[in-house]
Amino acid sequence: MIIPRVPVQHRRLLPDRRLSGPTPWVIAILMMLTLLAAAAGVGLARSANAIGSAIAGRVTVQIVTPNPVTRAEQAAALRRAAAAQPFVLSARAVDREELQATLGQWFGSETNGEGGDDPVLNSLPLPALVDIDFVGENRRRHMQELRALVAAEAPGARIIPHAEWLGPVAQLIGSLAWIAGALVILMTLASAAVVIMTARAALGTHFATIEMLHLIGATDRQITRLFQRRIAIDTAYGIALGTAVAAALLLLIGWQWAGVTSGLAATASLGPGGWALLLALPLLAIALAALTARQTLLAALKKIL
Amino acid sequence: MVEFDGVGLRYGPDAEVLSDISFNLQPGSFYFLTGASGAGKTSLLKMLYLAQRPSRGIVRLFGEDLVSMPRQRLPGFRRRIGVVFQDFRLIPHLSARDNIALPLRIAGVGEDDLSGPVGEMLSWIGLGDRAEAHPATLSGGEQQRVAIARAVIARPQLLVADEPTGNVDPEMATRLLGLFEALNRLGTTVVVATHDIHLISRIENAQMMRLEKGRLADPTGALRYPPANRA
Repeated sequence: MIIPRVPVQHRRLLPDRRLSGPTPWVIAILMMLTLLAAAAGVGLARSANAIGSAIAGRVTVQIVTPNPVTRAEQAAALRRAAAAQPFVLSARAVDREELQATLGQWFGSETNGEGGDDPVLNSLPLPALVDIDFVGENRRRHMQELRALVAAEAPGARIIPHAEWLGPVAQLIGSLAWIAGALVILMTLASAAVVIMTARAALGTHFATIEMLHLIGATDRQITRLFQRRIAIDTAYGIALGTAVAAALLLLIGWQWAGVTSGLAATASLGPGGWALLLALPLLAIALAALTARQTLLAALKKIL
Repeated sequence: MVEFDGVGLRYGPDAEVLSDISFNLQPGSFYFLTGASGAGKTSLLKMLYLAQRPSRGIVRLFGEDLVSMPRQRLPGFRRRIGVVFQDFRLIPHLSARDNIALPLRIAGVGEDDLSGPVGEMLSWIGLGDRAEAHPATLSGGEQQRVAIARAVIARPQLLVADEPTGNVDPEMATRLLGLFEALNRLGTTVVVATHDIHLISRIENAQMMRLEKGRLADPTGALRYPPANRA
């Protein structure tokens, strides 16, 4: 049992000074940081996965033939040919208007980034783009087949796998998620260390009582349950406090995040699994604290006859 | 009841504080342990109440070898021993009632069953009206009485007392000694370490154990080979 049952009369063997020491407060701070790091780790990991799966099987074929009519014909032919291939999930020619709209954001076009009537944009020799999504996981073979197709339908066109330019970003986000995970582990170890120090301090403070209890026939188990209960309750108070503060912060961040819809930021979310992990962490922390206290106490008591 | 054979005790690398201690305590007997300060009385008592294992020799308690006994079996033996400490060792945040009830609670006696004996004991030591007082508010003599009540409440088979009347007035000393005698008559073996010559003279059949510089004086061999054990 995480918090052992101890008769009321036995509980009085330890003076009732709950939340008087630093332990609950230190545990509260560590728990809050652990939950925030875990939330960041889960969010970043999901973002990295979302980006990774979105770009893994997608390529863009860039056709740069100088003649705009030939360029358009090659793009249309390639789209048709690609769409007919069994290894292609979808093939889509990117509209010139869509390209101009994207570029308009960077050119500061007066047409709110849509660029339709911008003479500068209209004068640019924009390449024709065909976005292709592969079927399945055998991407190397699909690339070889696509290269042959492109050579036949649009000679000289460039094939750009999205993983080449978004991959490093996904890797960076993935690395940050791992760092957040490592922080969770480090803070868990720090919490365990705090519990060990608390248990040892409690033994030192109450040594006279423990010695007396031993001499009148108390077993290690009886004494351990007494201290384990106290430490588990003190720790649970700290964990509850830290969890409450972390929950408030996460709700605030989530509320602000809801307004972010653009780019990579929109891919970050906790998901049901992430929320379940965050809910489980405080319970695991209480169990870890109780177990750590129990083992520390039993090891220390064995040194006394 | 208790058998020591060639027992020696040393703390760390220092010389032995007790050497070649051999005696055989008979069930239901009353012993006074005497000796000058530093003679080793407290060390000997510590071995008797299982706070210390000997460095050498054989210690048998209630028929079992305690030297090689696993420590997890010790609590069961300790519950059969009552101890009165020279410095009382009351738990400061517990009331007199709770201090006295402690051995019964540790032994698993229910609250309904212990309130009667604890109340009687409080009355007997004259602290019936101070049951809820904490040790810090009790005089030295009152604390001594609570410590003695705690030692005897569970009717131990062996009672070990270290200067149990050192802080009480003569009248209370007589009453406490009467309690020890009564327990002894009920079969409890009593060992009392004391400097008080008057106390010793009050118990008719008590036997003397005298320690001199860490050795037990036993010129007649009566302690090692009590009459009942002699061939």
